[in-house]
Amino acid sequence: MDVTDLRTVFHTQDGVVHAVNGISFHLEEGELLSVVGESGSGKSVTMMSLLKLLPIPPAEIASGTVMFDGKDLLQMELEELREIRGGKIGFIFQDPMTSLNPVFNVGFQIMEPLKEHLGLSKKEARKRAIELLELVGIPGAADRLDDFPHQFSGGMRQRVMIAIALACDPQILIADEPTTALDVTIQAQILELIKDLRKKLGMAIVWITHDLGVAAGISDRIVVMYGGFVVEHAKVDDLYKRPLHPYTRALLATLPSEDGGEERLKSIRGTPPNLGAAPTSCPFAPRCEHAFDRCHKENPALERIEGVHDVACWWDVEKEAPRHAS
Amino acid sequence: MPANAETLVRAENLKVHFPIYSGIFRRQVGSVKAVDGLNFEIKRGETLGLVGESGCGKSTAGRAMLRLYELTDGRIDFEGVDIAGLNKGDLRDIRPRMQMIFQDPQACLNPRMTVGDIIAEPLIEHTKMSSKEQREKVKSLLESVGMNPDFVNRYPHEFSGGQRQRIGIARALALEPDFIVCDEPIAALDVSIQAQVVNLLQDIQERMGLTYLFISHDLSMVRHIADRVAVMYLGRIVELAPKEQLYKDPKHPYTKALLSAVPVPDPEVEKTREHIVLQGDVPSPANPPKGCRFSTRCPVAKDKCFVDDPEWRKIGDGGFVACHYAE
Repeated sequence: MDVTDLRTVFHTQDGVVHAVNGISFHLEEGELLSVVGESGSGKSVTMMSLLKLLPIPPAEIASGTVMFDGKDLLQMELEELREIRGGKIGFIFQDPMTSLNPVFNVGFQIMEPLKEHLGLSKKEARKRAIELLELVGIPGAADRLDDFPHQFSGGMRQRVMIAIALACDPQILIADEPTTALDVTIQAQILELIKDLRKKLGMAIVWITHDLGVAAGISDRIVVMYGGFVVEHAKVDDLYKRPLHPYTRALLATLPSEDGGEERLKSIRGTPPNLGAAPTSCPFAPRCEHAFDRCHKENPALERIEGVHDVACWWDVEKEAPRHAS
Repeated sequence: MPANAETLVRAENLKVHFPIYSGIFRRQVGSVKAVDGLNFEIKRGETLGLVGESGCGKSTAGRAMLRLYELTDGRIDFEGVDIAGLNKGDLRDIRPRMQMIFQDPQACLNPRMTVGDIIAEPLIEHTKMSSKEQREKVKSLLESVGMNPDFVNRYPHEFSGGQRQRIGIARALALEPDFIVCDEPIAALDVSIQAQVVNLLQDIQERMGLTYLFISHDLSMVRHIADRVAVMYLGRIVELAPKEQLYKDPKHPYTKALLSAVPVPDPEVEKTREHIVLQGDVPSPANPPKGCRFSTRCPVAKDKCFVDDPEWRKIGDGGFVACHYAE
C-alpha cells in the first residue's frame, strides 16, 4: 500500500480543522508499521481516511492517493470499497465494547464478514468462526460462539475483534490503539498474540499507538506524527538510538528512566497545537527548544537523511546547526 | 523524605465490601470484596505508590482512606486518631487536612462554576476568610500550580486537560492539607503533559511537605515518583517494598509478571527481554478463589496455594509480601 500526500479536513461550525496535512507513507508486505503520536496528532483520522470511514461531510479528503493492489482506494466506488473493507483490509478499533454490537452474539458478528465477503454458507461460516476464535486463543471456542459481548472480559473482547478483523484473511490489518483500553498484563497477552499471528499468517500491520514502549517491542518501522504531519520516519532501531526530530527526542526524554533515579522528568513545555488554521510553519515550533526564525515561517518537508530515515525539521540536532543554509 | 519520619496515616485490616442485592425482596445475596484486608502505613512526607490492574480495588482503597466510603471493617489512623470511628462533626474538622486529586479533570470540575469559584469553595466551607482574602488566596494558588492568576473568571471548558488537572490540584491545596490521595492523576493526559503534572506534584510536595498516596497503573511513573510501592491484586496488597527493592528484586510472582509486562521503550531491550505472560483474567472480587487469590493465574502455584491463604509477612529490608514461597 502506498499513500501519497493525504490531506483531510473537517468543516465545523467554528471553521475548518486541518487534521491531516499531506501525509505520505508506504507499507510493505508482511511488515509492521507503527504510527506514534499524541491524541489529536491525526493518526486515527489518517487511517480512517484510507478507507473513507469518516463521515463525509463534515470530513473532506482534500487530496491524496492511496494505492492498494494497483488501484486508488480514494477514487473507488463505494460498492467496490466495501469489498475491500473487512475483506482485504481488516480494522481493529480501540474500544472493543463500543465496536461490538451488544445485541448480536459474537458468532453472528464473526460470521457476518465471512458470509458477506467470502460467500460462505452458514454452516461453513460457523466452522470457520470456531477456527478463528481458537486462533486468537479463546478457550472453549465452539461454546462461546453463542455468547454475547458483555459475557466476555475486556481482553477477550479484543480477541474477538481481532478474530473479526482476521476473518477474511486480510493482506493488511489496521489496528487503532488496540491495547490502550487494556491492563498491562492483558496488553502483554494481546501483543504476544499479534506476534504469533504475524508468524502464522504473514499479513502487514499498521499499528497506531501513543505508547513508545509498545511500539519498540513489535514494530519494524515507525512513523512519528505531530499536528497532522509526519515528523519522523525510521526503522525501529534507528529511531530509538538516533532520534533526529526534536519532538521525537523530547517524547523519549519525557519517559521516566529505567532506574527511576532522575530527580525531575523532562517535560515538553506548552500544549499540543490547535489545528484550526492552515499550517504555514512547523507545527512543533512553539514548543521546540531549537526553533529559530525559519521554523516560524516555513514548514519543513520530510526529507531523507540516510537509508530509511526521514525527518521534517530545519534544525540538525546532531550538528546543532540549521540543516540548510536559508 | 526524612529518614525517621513519624507515621502520618496507618491502615489496619482495611475492608470495604459492597453488598449485592437480588430477587424481589432485594435480599443481600453476597458482596463484592473490593478491598479485603489492607495493612500499610505512610510516613510524613513520603509518597506511597499503589499500583494494580483495573478492578483490583486501588481506587476504592484510596477513597476509603479519606472515608469517602464507610469501612466494612478495620481502622484508619490519621496522626493516631481512628477516622473510621469518628462522628460526622469530628470528621468534618479533620477533612480539610486530607484531600484528593481525581483522575478525570473534565469530570471533577463543575462546568458551570468559574475557576475562581471552584478553588474558593473549600475556603468558603472551611475557613472564615473574607471574600477579599479568598480572592488573594485563589490567585496565589493558581500561581503556585503554574497558571496565570488572571484566569479566575474563566470556565473549565476553556482549558486543556493538563491545565484542568492543575486547577484540580490548586483546589486540593486550598486548605493546606497534610495528606493527598492522587487517584490516577495523569492517566487521562498525553505523554508530553504527564511529565509537567508529575513535576508539579513533586515541586509542591517539597514546598509544602505533603504526603501522597499515589494511585496509578503506570508502573514506570510510580517508580519515578514514589518512595515505597504497594502492589494490589484482587482486593489485597500482595507486595509492599521500597521502590528500588521492588523494581530490582520483586518477590511476589504477580509483581514479577506485572513488571515484565510493561513494555520498555528500547527495541534492543525488548528483543532480548523475557516476558512472563499471565494466562486468563482477574477473577471476580465477589467470589475470589480459595487459598491464595493469585493462585488461579500464578505460574508457580503449588498445592498449598490453592488451600491456604498466605499471610502478610516481612521480607528483605523493609518489604512485605503475601506469598507462601517468596524468598
